[in-house]
Amino acid sequence: MRKKLKMPSIGGKTIILNVVKYLLAIIIAVIPLIPVWSMLLWLAVQSFSGRVILGIIPSEVTFKNWRFLWSPIKMGLKEYPNIWPVTLNTLFLALGVTGLVVFVSTLGGYALSRMEFKGRMELMQFIIALHAFPSIILLIALFVILNNLGLYGKGYMTLVGIILIKAGLEIPMATWIIKGFFDAIPWDLEWAALVDGCTRWKAWRTVILPLVLPGIGAISIFSFLSGWSEFLLVFTYVEDEAYYTLPVLIYHMIGEFKFIDWGMLAALGLFFTIPTIIFFSTSQKLLLRIYVGGIKR
Amino acid sequence: MVKVILDNVSKFFGKVKAVIDLNLRIGDGEFVALLGPSGCGKTTTLLMVAGIYKPTKGKILFDDKDVTKLPPRDRNVGMVFQSYALYPHMSVYDNIAFPLRLKKVPRNEIDRKVKQVAKLLRIEELLHRKPSQLSGGQQQRVALGRALVKEPDVLLLDEPLSNLDAKLRVVMRAELKRLQKELKITTIYVTHDQVEAMSMADRIAVMNAGKLQQYAPPTELYNKPANLFVAGFIGAPPMNFIEGLIKEINGEYYFDSEYFKLKLVNEIGEIIASKTSETIMGFRPENAKIILEEKPNTIQGKVYVVEPLGKDIIVNIKIGDMIVKILTRPGAELTPGQNIWLQLDMKKIHFFEKQTGKAII
Ligand SMILES: Nc1ncnc2c1ncn2[C@@H]1O[C@H](COP(=O)(O)OP(=O)(O)O)[C@@H](O)[C@H]1O
Ligand SMILES: [Mg+2]
Repeated sequence: MRKKLKMPSIGGKTIILNVVKYLLAIIIAVIPLIPVWSMLLWLAVQSFSGRVILGIIPSEVTFKNWRFLWSPIKMGLKEYPNIWPVTLNTLFLALGVTGLVVFVSTLGGYALSRMEFKGRMELMQFIIALHAFPSIILLIALFVILNNLGLYGKGYMTLVGIILIKAGLEIPMATWIIKGFFDAIPWDLEWAALVDGCTRWKAWRTVILPLVLPGIGAISIFSFLSGWSEFLLVFTYVEDEAYYTLPVLIYHMIGEFKFIDWGMLAALGLFFTIPTIIFFSTSQKLLLRIYVGGIKR
Repeated sequence: MVKVILDNVSKFFGKVKAVIDLNLRIGDGEFVALLGPSGCGKTTTLLMVAGIYKPTKGKILFDDKDVTKLPPRDRNVGMVFQSYALYPHMSVYDNIAFPLRLKKVPRNEIDRKVKQVAKLLRIEELLHRKPSQLSGGQQQRVALGRALVKEPDVLLLDEPLSNLDAKLRVVMRAELKRLQKELKITTIYVTHDQVEAMSMADRIAVMNAGKLQQYAPPTELYNKPANLFVAGFIGAPPMNFIEGLIKEINGEYYFDSEYFKLKLVNEIGEIIASKTSETIMGFRPENAKIILEEKPNTIQGKVYVVEPLGKDIIVNIKIGDMIVKILTRPGAELTPGQNIWLQLDMKKIHFFEKQTGKAII
């Protein structure tokens, strides 16, 4: 005990030991981040460099790589659609998926967690089974459905169709996740709300929902990311370039140039990640809003 | 305020029969305790009165109004849950104001009522805190405040003191009782602690395994238990039970156990003998005297162990291979193994039918 109290004044050796300990801890914590951050950093450097030697080494400072922000991109004879409408399309898709997934799965998760009905158990197993299908095997069947619904080749309506499909694929897992959050809320809380004068709907909205905000944060991040980066469905179902989304646009730009413009690609890549970072950092607050409820003994 | 009537109420969860044919009448402004061991259906009963559970059978009436099918919000009940169930995302103020906001009470009226209740429960300085920043006792007060603020017709309390430490429990016991008498709200108080029930309630409904055992004021419950369960559940240390036969010899009645024979008062003996011969005799630890020399009509035993409680002592006495507990004042030195005699207060012994457990006298 006495020794511990005196420690700071012992000086030299212990201080060095402590410094080494912390340094080690920091290094170990940071190492996994290094590849990620260095890649992002490299992207950033790339996007502002004029010439890239061998596709790796940057040189010259320029904003030319970011020209897609203010002018249409032309490559040879081909002119690509302006980036802003495409970004808007992507945002539309991602937010649409997020909204639909959050709406349906919070209601569905609540029902699965709280309501007794016939076949509840079976339904839950079925939901998990649904998630086992990758969207690629549904591609053709979904195409037929979209076409029959008259959503194919209809501009924004096609994107709406894709939102429906994408949300449909995400909802099972999201429902399952959010059900876990509902399960963690004691019945007492809901009953207290009912006794206090709520209808069941009102109790859900004013008492239950605020307590599952972390869960809602989690599923909205997942579904936003999955909508934002959706490639296959858009690539398959959208013909009209005006309704491309960013992943498809980027694909075309890599795939169709004989000479890949690495600088612009880096800038595009960076541009592609910015909204996700913004979305993540805002909804992350929800994730951390966990209340410790119940009895304190 | 209303009177509450449970008319033949049952609640089954699939195969589990939580409450069976419960009949209770709770008077206007009365304080009734539902007492019974854990799992006997107390909470289920309370939730049915609140309207959370619909009875499988039977009716619930508030005054003359059948509320069986009414949702909780239309019953004007206030409830304190065992876990308190405070809304963790709301401040204490918002928790208490919540029922009023739902009723669309004007803002300044809400403010006045919340402050009034907070003052009554002495939680004024906690109003801005979150429930997680409160102690158990404070949470309990807030929960009570939330139940009281809407001026309910019926107040339902589910083991509100069970999460508090022993000292605070004693304080809150008195406080709750005073509050109930002051506000004159019809109150149903659930507890598994017989001391709580005895000290607070006007009447106690003792339940076991979903069935009502006895419904009576505390003193009656104590002096005239209706059956073995009530007799054993009420009182600490619990009543002593001894099996035996009632025998008539030459017009006199005896209680004959394996180890001793006890002459009964004639009238009592007659009544018992007219009903059954196989009985269980019960006497409370405080209704027997320990004497050091043999006298007629006493029971011989040996001191087994002595438990001092401060003011009183509990003497465990071995009669044959049974052990009975006697509550008495510390007096003569009693050493384990010592021979003593028990003199029962013959007016305060109880007899139960062995078959049914029902009280005979
Ligand atoms: N929702 C429920 N589903 C199934 N069984 C239940 C449910 N609620 C209570 N029970 C059962 O009913 C019985 C009484 O429960 P409860 O009223 O909570 O007892 P107490 O409050 O007296 O401890 C117990 O056996 C319990 O397991
Ligand atoms: Mg209970």
